[in-house]
Amino acid sequence: MDLHRRSLLQLSAATAALGITGIPARAQGIEELVIAYNVNLPSWDPTVGPSAVNPTIQGLYQSVFDQFILQQPDLLPAPGLLTEWGWNDDKTKVSMTVREGVTWHDGSPFTAEDVAWSLTRAADEKTGNPIQFIWSTLGNITASGNTVTADVTRFEPTIFKWMYFLTGYVMPKAYYEKVGAEGFEAAPIGTGPYMVEKFERNAFVRLKANAAYWGGKPDFDTVTIKFVTDAAARVAEVESGNAHVTLEMPYEEYDRLKGGGTLAGTAAPISDIGMIFLNDIEAMTDPNVRKAAAHAIDKQTIINRLLSGYGVAIDTLQTPEYEAYDATIRVPYDEAAAIAALAASGFGPDNPVRFKIQTTKGFKPKDYEMVQAIVGLWRKVGIEAEIEVYEIAKHYELRAADQLAPAAFYNWGNSVGDPTTSTGFAMFGPSPHSVWDGEDLAGMIGPLWGEADEAKRIEGWKAVDRYVAENALVIPLLQYVQPILSAPGVTVTPHASGALLPHLMKRA
Amino acid sequence: MQAVRAILTRLLTTAVTLFGVAVIVFVVIRVVPGNPIAMMLPPGATEADIARLTALYGLDKSIPQQFLIWGAGVLRGDFGTSITTRQPVLSLVLGRLPATLELSAMALVMAVVIGGLAALAGTRFREGRAEAALDVANGMALSVPDFLWGLILILLFGVLFPVFSISGRVTPSLDLPFTSNFYLVESILRLRLDLTRDLLAHMFMPALALAIPLAAIIGQLLKQSLKETMHLDYVTLARTKGYGETRVILREALRNAVLPTLTLVGVQFTFLIGGTVIIERLFSYEGLGNMAIDAVINRDLPLIQGIVILFAVIFTGVNLIVDLAYAALNPRLRNV
Repeated sequence: MDLHRRSLLQLSAATAALGITGIPARAQGIEELVIAYNVNLPSWDPTVGPSAVNPTIQGLYQSVFDQFILQQPDLLPAPGLLTEWGWNDDKTKVSMTVREGVTWHDGSPFTAEDVAWSLTRAADEKTGNPIQFIWSTLGNITASGNTVTADVTRFEPTIFKWMYFLTGYVMPKAYYEKVGAEGFEAAPIGTGPYMVEKFERNAFVRLKANAAYWGGKPDFDTVTIKFVTDAAARVAEVESGNAHVTLEMPYEEYDRLKGGGTLAGTAAPISDIGMIFLNDIEAMTDPNVRKAAAHAIDKQTIINRLLSGYGVAIDTLQTPEYEAYDATIRVPYDEAAAIAALAASGFGPDNPVRFKIQTTKGFKPKDYEMVQAIVGLWRKVGIEAEIEVYEIAKHYELRAADQLAPAAFYNWGNSVGDPTTSTGFAMFGPSPHSVWDGEDLAGMIGPLWGEADEAKRIEGWKAVDRYVAENALVIPLLQYVQPILSAPGVTVTPHASGALLPHLMKRA
Repeated sequence: MQAVRAILTRLLTTAVTLFGVAVIVFVVIRVVPGNPIAMMLPPGATEADIARLTALYGLDKSIPQQFLIWGAGVLRGDFGTSITTRQPVLSLVLGRLPATLELSAMALVMAVVIGGLAALAGTRFREGRAEAALDVANGMALSVPDFLWGLILILLFGVLFPVFSISGRVTPSLDLPFTSNFYLVESILRLRLDLTRDLLAHMFMPALALAIPLAAIIGQLLKQSLKETMHLDYVTLARTKGYGETRVILREALRNAVLPTLTLVGVQFTFLIGGTVIIERLFSYEGLGNMAIDAVINRDLPLIQGIVILFAVIFTGVNLIVDLAYAALNPRLRNV
């Protein structure tokens, strides 16, 4: 056979045809809602292991499992599997009323026994629940009728908030005891709005609507959540019509696609903030340096230029949705004040103070670029900061060992909006998550952990936030905005926790 | 007898290599910053909570103790339990391996076909414009990394001309009657061509992205070998017999010119499997590479160990097979 140009072309065409034999199944109408999700789901048990405390996958869990208490899109609690909850007068006991008429996905009845077992299991250190230190503040948990009671072994004012936070899920006692941990991973059931039909790890989960859901059957009978971790691929999925909804894409892409006329977009603030931890070592022991570093940052300009305006500048670790948010606490951008503060300690543009700032690169939108911009602003007033890029895993380890650099960029989620889980854990010296060891601050925070008077507790945290801001013990930067794109035919309700919940999606 | 001894020697060195890899990986992932306990600590965890979780995952023991415990388990076929998925590592890894092998094999076939055709065309039309054009295309294929080819393909065949699936290995709504994880192979054996088509539609873009740089290397090397062979006496003799140029290339020159390419393909195949890590992530392809990235991000130490050991087994195994195949094909090496 002679190899001519024509035969070459024929061969090439045949090669191409091999691929084209498989035209993908296109979006099969809105009957099957397809969501391109940004993270994988490693494990189905929402109460143990690293997945249980990963905020980005809570939306997947909440599609299948119910939490003890329902959390509404504005972060406020509402009756869920528990319809009533509270302490007795002297706060030595808790009592919870369990919703009746609810069934598990296998059709078996949900009972108060499930709630009691779930709480007991969560408090058992052998099960590996990372939040065991909170759940263990309840003991002697018993069910009677549709009521669950427990003794308070240590008063924890946020215990009911944890019931709609990390690991606060109700698990099926009888089913779990029957199938075991491995069986549960293979075929998880909950009481949630969707039932797991098919799960391929690292690929997708296919969900069927729970027709008997106590909150009403979801709008979409079938939902496929594809795990598409690459942002470019997620955008391509929704742009090509292979997916109806996606989230967390670059803001420039969000604007481009939203402006295209085909896709709708929502961009709402969520309970996730960007901040700079200050470690009380080296230059950061000087209050003038800290104050200068805080005042020299023009947060709004950074948001406008780097995040296309998607972000809310913040001056404390509370966002406007949080309970202890105080709009009167301000740390304004003030270059002159920054220069004056540095001058008081003998520093200036000609004699800059030097320290290191650590950051991730690509873990959060424009994290590295933001730190670059901040370092540029600092340089103008007399701060010479050296940037060190590290992996998020290294950040966790360094923070737990109190070995972060004098400054370290990080993001902090707090979907229950309580000050203990923002300012509290971030700034309380003895906590492994805090790198600020000042005893004065620890002394202010200490009494608030067990404060039973709620109004007094919240006011106490506001005072802490004011003290933190006045002394520049941390530099809050911004509240993140979550971009979501959706196809015609579906309306997305954003949840301030950042969870993308299919049962909140309605037919347009 | 000599051949058997050579094979046994290779197997022994392979075992030593694998042991070395196991030791290095085990130690390195425990020494580098970022431990799995720090990753799962909630806000407010106390020192006691850290100690409890550390003990729960067996990380409170010394590295040699941990290695001995892990090594003893491996000898029993127990590679431990994944921290993030809470599943046995061996079943997770073996469950994913078929997807990666099928993808790599498809990429290899594509690379050989594309590279082979380019080499044949370049040789047939050597010294002309066609060869120059092929050289330019070759240079482009080599200089663009595979993940960038992936993005280009997504834009082309995923968005502009949406012919192929962008993510995943198979359409979620399809029911799969398979008993193994070799979906593509099984779909062909069962004559379920609808599933074959769907699997190919998902595999096409990631496989092509992996194949393009390798195809360029194959094309370049094979063309060079062919051009050198075309000057040899026996090729000239074939021409004097009146054979056409194409027949001379295919029947006479190709057989001898292909040997160096075969070695290269073997070596490159192992790199190709390594390349699946990024490509699988980009296309959300549920293979070993995608799982490896999650394992590293989450510092899932047992899973990282299992994946690296498996990759090492594949690398050494493929090299062994290539050496044996080369010895079998090359008459000069048959009696060595």
